[in-house]
Order: sequence, then structure tokens, then C-alpha cells
Amino acid sequence: MLDKNGIAKRIAKEVQDGYYVNLGIGIPTLVANYVRDDIEVEFQSENGVLGMGPFPFEGEEDADIINAGKQTITTLPGASFFDSATSFAMIRGQHVDLTILGAMEVSEDGDIANWKIPGKMVKGMGGAMDLVASAENIIVAMMHTNKRGESKLLKKCSLPLTGVACVKKIVTNLAVIEVTNRGFKLLERAPGVSVEDIKNATEGTLIIDGDIPEMSI
Amino acid sequence: MINKKVDNVTKALEGVKDNMTLMLGGFGLSGIPENAIAQLVKLGVKGVTCISNNAGVDDFGLGLLLKKHQIKKMISSYVGENDEFERQMLSGELEVELIPQGTLAERCRAAQAGFPAIYTPAGYGTEVAEGKETREFDGKMYVLEHAFKADFAFVKAWKGDEAGNLIFKGTARNFNPNMCGAAKITVAEVEELVPVGTLDPNQIHIPGIFVKRIFQGEKYEKRIEQLTVRQRN
Repeated sequence: MLDKNGIAKRIAKEVQDGYYVNLGIGIPTLVANYVRDDIEVEFQSENGVLGMGPFPFEGEEDADIINAGKQTITTLPGASFFDSATSFAMIRGQHVDLTILGAMEVSEDGDIANWKIPGKMVKGMGGAMDLVASAENIIVAMMHTNKRGESKLLKKCSLPLTGVACVKKIVTNLAVIEVTNRGFKLLERAPGVSVEDIKNATEGTLIIDGDIPEMSI
Repeated sequence: MINKKVDNVTKALEGVKDNMTLMLGGFGLSGIPENAIAQLVKLGVKGVTCISNNAGVDDFGLGLLLKKHQIKKMISSYVGENDEFERQMLSGELEVELIPQGTLAERCRAAQAGFPAIYTPAGYGTEVAEGKETREFDGKMYVLEHAFKADFAFVKAWKGDEAGNLIFKGTARNFNPNMCGAAKITVAEVEELVPVGTLDPNQIHIPGIFVKRIFQGEKYEKRIEQLTVRQRN
């Protein structure tokens, strides 16, 4: 089974040379730490920066330079700042190659819910609805089950949706899954996790074709 | 040169009344119009609708207005870091319209640019699109979103001149440029107000035509919401 950093490490392998990538809050943010250093990748943060670098050294933080998680950041050579309309022009206009975000639920049709639990919790969608409505390439990073042990990979989402039929791939602590028109297709198992474990933790239709390899990280 | 300079925040906010709709720049606490917000608290205006990506934190930014129950309605995209906001929203004391961040930006920009509405794919098939006109273009579905109508826009820039020209810094830029000229009256506060002719025209982010009043801001706190650093080796 993977921890959050393990999930981030596995997703980092999906990042290719020349990609502009938008990382959501939480596990997705960790992906930046594991991208190969022999490829050129630029990270976009929807609050208005392209070419995000690592966190600043203590004492060098600047209140005017933050990421979408409101964390202080630095920029790399070639970086740029821009306004919110320009930022979402990059996103809606499909200039961003890969979007990685977290989710509370994903359905076997590729629907995603991650912004609201009616009556209990409302954080807001932030840029997530723009991202999922536009991106060609969306990977969801999340735990396979919630805190109560219930599956987050469902036939239908029970929570208010963020977007419909948009998720292409899911990486969880248990598995790598592709969303197909027949349901969740199991591609890889996390180390030490059996197909049976994944089946038990998946409420939606799980397609198991032949031998499922263990992922390499 | 058409002079947009006003002497202080009191003059800058002249005409602000109860029940108005206000736009406020900023993302989190970055690039928020700190002086204008402090003045709104001081004026004690009530029943206002605020268009702002976030609602500040409990004791800073728009959180200050929330605490005093001056806000009737918030139009925002993300409210995650404000307990008082969540409490007022869930209890029904505060009316809230949550909309996608890009839609928020574009509804500002549409108002600025003279478009009555725009079509966006964001939110299609979700509760955000409920009751709204939708339309198919080239096989994909879009939602019609209307331009905002606001009385005042309060923005914060890094540098500005007496003609109202503005330059922003870093990610403190965010919604500020999109809100300039998107309301009946745009009020810009700046960290550094310089005489005309000082700023390079090639470097201006927002031309003064979009700004009605500009003033030198004071005592910027520029609070950091999530201080995140790495250790030196």
C-alpha cells in the first residue's frame, strides 16, 4: 500500500517532457517533488504563476508570491505572473497539458466530486470546475477509501459534482485505474496489495483483464 | 494628464452606501485592498454584496466585515480557510453564491470589456449550472454566465501614478486587473504612488482609463496565510 508520497511518486511518472502541469492542493502538490530532473516541466498555479519553483528558504518568503494553496513559493528562471482571467484562459483554452487534483468521490463514468458535503462542509470549487471542464488529461490523486473505510470509486457520485465524464486516470494508495466507457479498468496494483483487496475497496464496476502487474515506483 | 489621485482612503470611498455590490481584488490574503477593507469596517456599511475570490481569514481581510455582519451576500470561489464564513453560510445568516474561479474572473472581465455574458464549459452538469441557459458548440456543452454589475471595485496594486496607471507584483496581481473598470467606480490603492512620467508606459499592466480614483495606501500588513519554507542545507 502506498502513502501520500507514494501516490505522488507514481503520478510523477505520468509527467512528460515539455508538459505544462497544474497541481491541485494536497497530494497533487507533492508530485512536484518527484518529477524526473532530466525533463523540462513547468508548473502552473491558477492564482497566476507559471514556472513555480520550490518553497523559499526561511527568511526569503514573499507575501506577494504564493501558490493556489496560499503557500509561499519561489519562481524558476523563465517564470511569469499573470491575472486570473489569463490564468483560466490557459486552463480553459487547453494550453495546460496535465491536471492533477484530489477528489472525495469519482464515478465509473469519470464524474468527480470534490467541493462540497451538503450541510457539513463547503470549501468551494476554486478552480477545480474550470480545470475538469477543460483539461484533456486529468489524473485524480486520492486514497481509495474514505476515513470510514467506504469506497471513493463509485458507480455514481453521491456528493454534488465538480464535473462530468472528465476523469481519465486515478492513482490511489491501492491501485492505478483507467476510467473507460465500461468502468474502472485496473492497470496496476500498489506493492503488497492484491487484486482482491482492490476489488473489495471499489464499489463501482472494476474491470480486471488478465494479470495485473505491481507498480514500480 | 487626467488626475485620479485622491488624498486619502476617506475620500477614496466617498459614495459607498449600504446594500451596494462591491468587487474586491485578492487571492487569499495576497493582493487584497487592505486600506479599503479597513475603511469599510470603519464606515460600518451594512447589507453589502461582496464579489471576491475568498472571504479572508477570521481576523483579517474580508473576515473583518464578516465578523461585524456587514456582508449580506458573498460571491466567491473558495472559502476553505475561514471558519466564521463557513459557520454563517451553513447557518443561513450569510447568502453565498459559489462559482468557479475562472468564471468569477471572466464575469469581471466581461463587465470590464462590455460583454453582457460569456459561455464557459466550467460547471456544466453540476449544481452551478442549475437554472442557467446552456448551449452546445462543436459537440461540447457550455453554460451562459452573466457579467457582474457592481457599484465599486476596490483593487490593490504595487505601484501606480496619478493618472491611475497600475503595476502589480507577483501573484498579488490575481483578480485585481480584471476588476479594474468592471464596476461603476474603480478605486485603486497602491503601495507606492509615483508622479506621472515615472512609470515606463511599456510596463503598465492596467491603463489609468480603467481607474477612477487612486490613493497611497498605508501600513500594509501583507499577512502570509501559509508560511511554507525549506531548510538550508
